[in-house]
Amino acid sequence: MSDATAAPERSYLTEGLTIRSWLLTRDHKRIALLYFATITLFFFIGGAAATLIRLNLVDPAGSLVSADTYNRLFTMHGVVMVWFFLIPSIPTTLGNFVLPLMLGARDLAFPRLNLLSWYLFIIGGAVTLYALAAGGLDTGWTFYTPFSTLYSNGHVVLAVAGIFLTGFSSILTGLNFIITIHTLRAPGMGWYRLPLFVWSLYATSAILVLATPVLAITLFLLAFERLVHVGIFDPKLGGDPLLFQHLFWFYSHPAVYIMILPGMGVVSELIAAFSKKPVFGYKFVAWSSMAIAAVGFLVWGHHMFVAGESVYAALVFSLLSFLVAVPSAIKVFNWTATLHKGSIAWDAPMLYALAFIGLFAMGGVTGLFLAALAIDVEVTDTYFVVAHFHYIMVGGMVAAYFGGLHYWWPKITGRLYPEYWARAAAILIFLGFNLTFFPQYVVGWLGMPRRYHAYPPEFQVWNVLSSAGASILALAYLMPIFYLGWSLLRGPRAGANPWGATGLEWQTSSPPPAENFATTPTVTRPPYDYPEPAAEPAALPRG
Amino acid sequence: MADASVTLRPEPQFGDLGQQRATALSGMWLFLATEVLFFSGMLTAYFLYRAANPEGFAEAGRDTELWIGAVNTAVLLTSSEFMAIAVNRVEHCHPRLLARMLGATAALGLVFMGLKALEYWLDYRHHLVPGLDFVGKGAHAHAQELFWILYFCLTGVHALHLTVGITLVLIFAVKARRGVFSRSYGAPIEVLGLYWHFVDIVWVFLYPLIYLTGRSS
Amino acid sequence: MPLLLPAGSSQSHEWNYLFLALLLLSAAVVLAVFALILVFAIRYRRGSSATRSGWTRRTTRWEIGWTSATCLAFLALFVWGTDLYLRMRQPAVDALPIFVVGKQWMWKIEHPGGQREIDTLHLPLGVPVRVVLASEDVIHSFHIPAFRVTQDAVPGRFTSLAFTPDRLGRFHLFCTEFCGTEHAAMGGSVVVMQPKDYEAWLASQPPEATLARQGAALYRAFGCSGCHGADGEGQEGTVRAPALRGLYGRPVPLSDGRTITADERYFRDSILLPRSEIVAGYGPIMPSFSGQIGEEDLMTLIAYLESLGRADSPQP
Repeated sequence: MSDATAAPERSYLTEGLTIRSWLLTRDHKRIALLYFATITLFFFIGGAAATLIRLNLVDPAGSLVSADTYNRLFTMHGVVMVWFFLIPSIPTTLGNFVLPLMLGARDLAFPRLNLLSWYLFIIGGAVTLYALAAGGLDTGWTFYTPFSTLYSNGHVVLAVAGIFLTGFSSILTGLNFIITIHTLRAPGMGWYRLPLFVWSLYATSAILVLATPVLAITLFLLAFERLVHVGIFDPKLGGDPLLFQHLFWFYSHPAVYIMILPGMGVVSELIAAFSKKPVFGYKFVAWSSMAIAAVGFLVWGHHMFVAGESVYAALVFSLLSFLVAVPSAIKVFNWTATLHKGSIAWDAPMLYALAFIGLFAMGGVTGLFLAALAIDVEVTDTYFVVAHFHYIMVGGMVAAYFGGLHYWWPKITGRLYPEYWARAAAILIFLGFNLTFFPQYVVGWLGMPRRYHAYPPEFQVWNVLSSAGASILALAYLMPIFYLGWSLLRGPRAGANPWGATGLEWQTSSPPPAENFATTPTVTRPPYDYPEPAAEPAALPRG
Repeated sequence: MADASVTLRPEPQFGDLGQQRATALSGMWLFLATEVLFFSGMLTAYFLYRAANPEGFAEAGRDTELWIGAVNTAVLLTSSEFMAIAVNRVEHCHPRLLARMLGATAALGLVFMGLKALEYWLDYRHHLVPGLDFVGKGAHAHAQELFWILYFCLTGVHALHLTVGITLVLIFAVKARRGVFSRSYGAPIEVLGLYWHFVDIVWVFLYPLIYLTGRSS
Repeated sequence: MPLLLPAGSSQSHEWNYLFLALLLLSAAVVLAVFALILVFAIRYRRGSSATRSGWTRRTTRWEIGWTSATCLAFLALFVWGTDLYLRMRQPAVDALPIFVVGKQWMWKIEHPGGQREIDTLHLPLGVPVRVVLASEDVIHSFHIPAFRVTQDAVPGRFTSLAFTPDRLGRFHLFCTEFCGTEHAAMGGSVVVMQPKDYEAWLASQPPEATLARQGAALYRAFGCSGCHGADGEGQEGTVRAPALRGLYGRPVPLSDGRTITADERYFRDSILLPRSEIVAGYGPIMPSFSGQIGEEDLMTLIAYLESLGRADSPQP
């Protein structure tokens, strides 16, 4: 597997060595690395908040930090993780780097727009970080009114302004991806020859482009109300707090599909590459991404079953919420079926992909609980919901992100990472994750509400288990910094295709040259064109 | 046509100028789709509150400056006419006329902004700015205030978009004067035209919702 | 180490069955997926001697198979969940009304007899209850895990929930919508007692007029009797005002052609936004009391109007 080669003399990394050449780059590969640095920073900021949260919850009296500080911590955790880590992560890092390569293109359709996206992201991020450093806010990442408009004393407008700016970064990235996939495919690359990662990025981009503007306007109205003291969502002035919730969730539910769809795309790539087998039911998996994106726009009311929406609305949203789970189930079955008669390598990316399937399935089935109206009434706003979305986002999405990172690491850096340490980290992450979040299902179903800085003592044992798991998880997440960092300095050089995988990105050197391909490739074969092993020959005579 | 030879090569990721043009146009169409959703959020709020408070909205609507709204509508529609001519002129390769048409478009846009500023000042004088000594009259004062909040949000965001449009049109007018655009490189004008027409269409929707509310009976 | 959530209301048991069914189905699917992954990953590990030829190329029958099975299972769960939900939301006729106002950071509870509590709710065993919720400031949420009920208290409107306690004991009451600094402290207990103990408890509270009588005082103090009559009988003279006696729970024809039911929401909106729903045959002359009457007084007044409705048969 380690195809010991000399480093290519020219690559996108050697093309310009000044800071200016990085900060003013138009190369999608460099922009991907700029994003990578930024979201890693945000991941650890959000993670630090999570650490303090879990430390506080070890004691039922919640004595580590004050109630107000705790409320600011969970808000910070949510805001940073949702908008500054989960939503951008795979699309802006792995997507930016790999998409043009997968298409056989020279770059994205609008390279300067891509750079602008990054600048909008860091400016929005800086504004939000400033708001958090200046004292933060305690509204929760959901900003429900009238608490956020009239009662919260925190830097609501500043934080919201930062998120607003970052939203435009999302919109422009999504726009760039969609146009690129339409117009810059290599000759011969029809839609059904596209890798499944591309399909999932397309679906993700459709949501980015259509849903984020609604968030922008919702946050704008929220800030307007808070600044000018007028009543859009204020009931005392004839405004409606539920209107805020409808507008907010109309974006924020599709947003969770923005977070998970790219992860699903990565998993498709990993399963195929490390089984050396085409993905089972390619067309079904491709179109299931589109179905998730489309139906995902129709289920937002399931966040409001007890908020005061009508019984009829609740019925419709419940039915649609069950339906939106069907394409996800199809993917899980297809991935599992792909493994049958494959040639399975237990490398770290595959371990992450398999972890994704299992943990996403666990998170997904609890979504069924929440879609069932009678059940949701009880467990809504408890730790059951917290566990549900962390299984999907952390157990699923973050695992997929790490899997993709390891898979494409040789392509991005030209180096191989140490497989032993990578597997150890993957296994530790899986164990730490389950210990952290499975007890949260239990304590949620037993009644513990979310966003509580202190809780009744009978819930303590589960909280202690969860916090113990969190400390293991934190350690496990730190490990990649060390061995991936080490690989940059001392890792063996990677050849063009260390995994022996299909896909145009593996047809160019590692790392690729700035122009990606010496000549534009032509595609003539179906995707995941692995050879089927020959049948066993009929029993040969001995001797 | 001093700069023409430099601009006639497509960007590296494109095979030819035709692909570049098609891509740019697709990009703008998709961007406009996102803008539709952006305005739709505010319009949703407007329609919901109007349905809940018909009398308040009607009363507030009657306080709008109808003549400014009407003149502005004519101004913006005419500016779109000039913009359409500009797009057409690119194809026929008349740089000076192109620059003049773009200039006329921008000028009308500035007229719109001027009238808008006047209108905002009048609204302020009549105590119709929520948050700045707003005075509602009668039983529906709260609904009137909601109308005016949405009025300033909708027209303000529209004006922001128009300002961006005017700036770009002026920049392009200067470039046109220098002969940057030609039949083979007219995509930027077409793309800008799409944006300008969109900003115009948004206004066409806003005008009846804001100025004609409550004036029919 | 408790693993089971106490079941305290008549609907908790059905709820438990649905939850268990979901748990078993989920566990079955998840374990099946885990098992297949492990089996395949081990059996087909690179370099193993398993037969790998004969890949399934015709995948459509599998797709249709597991998609249909999934859809059917989900549909069944939807029907069950919805059916239970609809029945849970049906308040019983003659349910005991409890009026709750949430504010940062306490629940203020009022019994029909005027007894007040803070953060604790005493209830009789086996009697159907209807809780009417309001909020004075931000959104709160009234949650009793043992009874499997939750409902947000939203400022600017009334919401309600229904249950019948069927077990004695003390059960947690939580606020489950983040409402500010002391959100975690905004809770208490529900205490379910034998009916006679409940009566004794009611009698032992500091004497106060019943909610209805307090409401009657407010009815006069705010001038409602001036138009709607001293006993809610309405007026047909120079000032025409509809009768309120016998109105609660009955259908009301409106001037715009709709017919709605006279419930708490209707009373609240009539008091605060009288022009929004005008009774057919009457003019839009009722003044608004928005800003003049607080949430607790509003609830008390409405308790009085409800008592008028229950006392009498409908007027012709």
